[in-house]
Amino acid sequence: MFTARLRKVSMALLASALFSHSALAVESKDPIILTLHDWTGQLINTELMGRILQNMGYNIKYQQADYIAQFAGLESGDLHVAMEMWETTGKQAMEASVKTGDTVDLGETGMNAIEEWWYPMYMKEKCPGLPNWEALNDCAEAFSTPETAPRGRYLGGPVTWAGFDDERVEALGLDYEVVHAGTDAALFAELESAYQRKAPWLGWVYTPHWATVKFEGEFVEFPRYSDACYEDAKVGLNPNMAYDCGKPRGWIKKVGWKGGEAKWPCAYQAVRNFRIDNATVGQLIVEVDLEGKKISDVVNAWLDANKATWEPWTQCN
Amino acid sequence: MEARQGFDDVAQTPSWFWGIFAVIITLGIFLFFAQDQAPYLVEYPRDWVIPLRFVISDWMQWLIKEFDLGFFTFKELTRSIAWLLEWPLSAANSLLATGFTFSTEPGAPIVLSPAPWIAVIIIFGLLAFHLSGTRLAVLVTGCFGYLALFGQWHSAMITLSSIVIAVPLGVSIGFVLGIAAYRHPVFEKWLTPVLDLMQTVPIFAYLVPVLFLFGFGPVAAMIATMIYATPPMVRVTILALKQVPVELVEYGNMAGCARGQLLRKIQVPVAQKSLMVGVNQVIMLSLNMVIIASMIGAGGLGFDVLSSLRRLAIGDGLEAGLAITFLAIALDRLSQAFADRPQTSRLSQSRRLLSHSQFTLVVLITLLISWPASHFYPALGVYPESLQITTSHFWDDLVKWININFFDQLEAIKTFLLIHIMMPVKHFLLKTPWVISIAVITLIGYRLGRFRLAALGMALTVFIAAVGLWSKAMITVYLCGVSVLFAACIGIPIGILAASNSRTNRAAQVAIDTLQTLPSFVYLIPVVMLFRVGDFAAMLAVIAYSVAPAIRYTILGIQQVPAHLIEASRAMGCTPNQIRWRVQLPIALPQIMLGINQTIMMALSMLVITALVGTRDLGQEVYIALTKADTGGGIVAGVCVACIAIVADRFISQWSHKKKMKLGLPA
Repeated sequence: MFTARLRKVSMALLASALFSHSALAVESKDPIILTLHDWTGQLINTELMGRILQNMGYNIKYQQADYIAQFAGLESGDLHVAMEMWETTGKQAMEASVKTGDTVDLGETGMNAIEEWWYPMYMKEKCPGLPNWEALNDCAEAFSTPETAPRGRYLGGPVTWAGFDDERVEALGLDYEVVHAGTDAALFAELESAYQRKAPWLGWVYTPHWATVKFEGEFVEFPRYSDACYEDAKVGLNPNMAYDCGKPRGWIKKVGWKGGEAKWPCAYQAVRNFRIDNATVGQLIVEVDLEGKKISDVVNAWLDANKATWEPWTQCN
Repeated sequence: MEARQGFDDVAQTPSWFWGIFAVIITLGIFLFFAQDQAPYLVEYPRDWVIPLRFVISDWMQWLIKEFDLGFFTFKELTRSIAWLLEWPLSAANSLLATGFTFSTEPGAPIVLSPAPWIAVIIIFGLLAFHLSGTRLAVLVTGCFGYLALFGQWHSAMITLSSIVIAVPLGVSIGFVLGIAAYRHPVFEKWLTPVLDLMQTVPIFAYLVPVLFLFGFGPVAAMIATMIYATPPMVRVTILALKQVPVELVEYGNMAGCARGQLLRKIQVPVAQKSLMVGVNQVIMLSLNMVIIASMIGAGGLGFDVLSSLRRLAIGDGLEAGLAITFLAIALDRLSQAFADRPQTSRLSQSRRLLSHSQFTLVVLITLLISWPASHFYPALGVYPESLQITTSHFWDDLVKWININFFDQLEAIKTFLLIHIMMPVKHFLLKTPWVISIAVITLIGYRLGRFRLAALGMALTVFIAAVGLWSKAMITVYLCGVSVLFAACIGIPIGILAASNSRTNRAAQVAIDTLQTLPSFVYLIPVVMLFRVGDFAAMLAVIAYSVAPAIRYTILGIQQVPAHLIEASRAMGCTPNQIRWRVQLPIALPQIMLGINQTIMMALSMLVITALVGTRDLGQEVYIALTKADTGGGIVAGVCVACIAIVADRFISQWSHKKKMKLGLPA
């Protein structure tokens, strides 16, 4: 359905681009391939970028690809542009890839990734000390399930999105058991279920995401993250262990196939120029995921309303 | 005869066997309680692990980056294969889903729209009518009607276009390999283990190399689908050709047929019915792959299911999932009707309502009228959105209602099963020293099939330990074992009921078809909402998927009990209950065990999917390797899954074979 719509819209738009705008001269008519992943924010940003590139006269194609596995394709030139690479989850993979010389860092998107332990607001009644992390141990019982009792239960992200939660629990002496969700779909399914019942829930949540809009809640406040805290055992509260602090917050970057820079210089310039913030994307995500609008409609509406924002991105010298 | 001798052989187990058995069990109990005495016997030492995964990864790198075949590199070869396959695939995609552009320029405006939905429905309906009759026509039209009515049309056509290319390709390749194996027994010997691996290594394990070699996109997804779906066709071809009566082949030889003539004129026509079973399997397995294929870029219905469930739109996911089921049912019934169609003799031809030429004519007319007409009346070309319906809110609300009202009860059941059954099994398997487990497997192998099975069991389990995945493998065995146990407890009684009651039987068949074709992701998410992330949710999903063969083989086993035996027991004055427990079940048992064997295979193939809800077994290893693009890690973990599957399969088949011999049933 979604790709279907994408295709239909892209066809229609291309037709209009060809006939009304009298296509701008672009360096190459080969399609630029943008990767699609599995979260809505990324789909929206990718389609925004895609539509802007089409408007410049480029041909584009969307390709479903795994978040980390896509680097193989970006390095070989099978894929060209990936719109969201999060510092919190993809930094190592991206650095390793850029080091090969086959991919290129296309700069920050302007969005700020936050991920941390998160609880629904109604848990504050049962555990008044929150959001301070030191309150967690007093409420371990409240956050427990029959399998973990008397320890609390914390639902971590997928194993691949290494969050060092097992280490954090040990370093901070938290009375919690870390359970890993295999996918974020499973994770948010559990959250939705708990929220419907106003039941205790503590887990890993990231933003920009619809969950933080749909569900009222807060991030736990851990000791502030620093590189040293992760790397050096001596830094932080626990003198013997690393990871005795919260999770890093950070950039979300665009990354692309190196060869594309020579092939479509102006397109790559536009991708570099692309900038958006959490609030804007959060609003678009809500329109899609919670209000049930189509991604293409939401993207269209934004592009129409914000010409002044994005048209300067397309300027190329 | 040979097999019967083998059986007598094994029946007399030498006394030293039990001696060794006793020693191992004693040692096992000792080590179990005194784990510190010889830790290297309890847990496989890390230093002994063979770094096979790195060897494979390095080899893969070499294959992709350096391997040169002389005029071109290996990667160029695979890429040109991908390029070749891209043509028919994109042609089918244009015809059914996106329309033709007739321009070398990508993204040029559409010149010819895709086949109108109304024409596609009419053609498939007519085909069904042509092959079988009104009943099938109604069914097929209904299935395709669902796709239009529920707004699944476009995605369904993308999926269908990859199926119509992948299935004929898979069938032809399987057919050719099957013939080659039939003609050259040496090739067959070599091919069989490869087929075993192709069917049992989880598809996630080889997705990464496939992506490397064939690029990202629908073609790579199609190739992965074919790797998974082709083996049954090869097996069926070999079997079907072997079952052609010897007299016919000899007659052909005497009549002076060349080898090719013999094949074309005698063997294939005679074996056609069996061959169609293979075609049917390829169709069903290809549709099973739709979800996984969409993860690497196939798009279509699989993508819809995934993206709906990621936003927790359970109803939308279910509707897209059911579209896959209906597509599968329509194609399945059509291929079965094709297999069962009356042979083209003059007599049957006259009974048929449409001749081939008439059918072709009607199809052409439909297309010629509807295609241009759809340009003037777009509603004929693309099913109008205003006429679509959806029931998704109902499903969302239903799950919510169950969640709010029954969560505590469900939680209580879950906790009970988890603490009293699942956890003890898990701890037992994890704590049992690896040496002991391997020894026990080897001894069971010896008891069942002498040195051949003993060696097989030992080699494969030692492999698992040697690559350092022992504990992950034990979690796999635990999860799979518990699920199969429950699946058997549910499936066998249903099968027994269905075998004696035609209404239950029909209901069971519908349930089986749905469970096997509905993507598991569709029910995985509601299960997580009701039972939380973890082993229990995974187990429920595995049971739902793997219960089908337990039911199917039980029905088959009971129906195959020779009628004269039932008559005889009735004449002797057995009550119906006695007949069931003393006659039917014991005789059907070997067949039922083959069903359990299939259940195990399906449970193992499902474990990779359950990794998505957080199990920590081999499936998770494979999945992690996929997301890290770690070729070696994925393949090694995948082969470990295959090892477990092969050991289970060989042991159970051998047991069932022996039992059948003992009961005097045909093997």
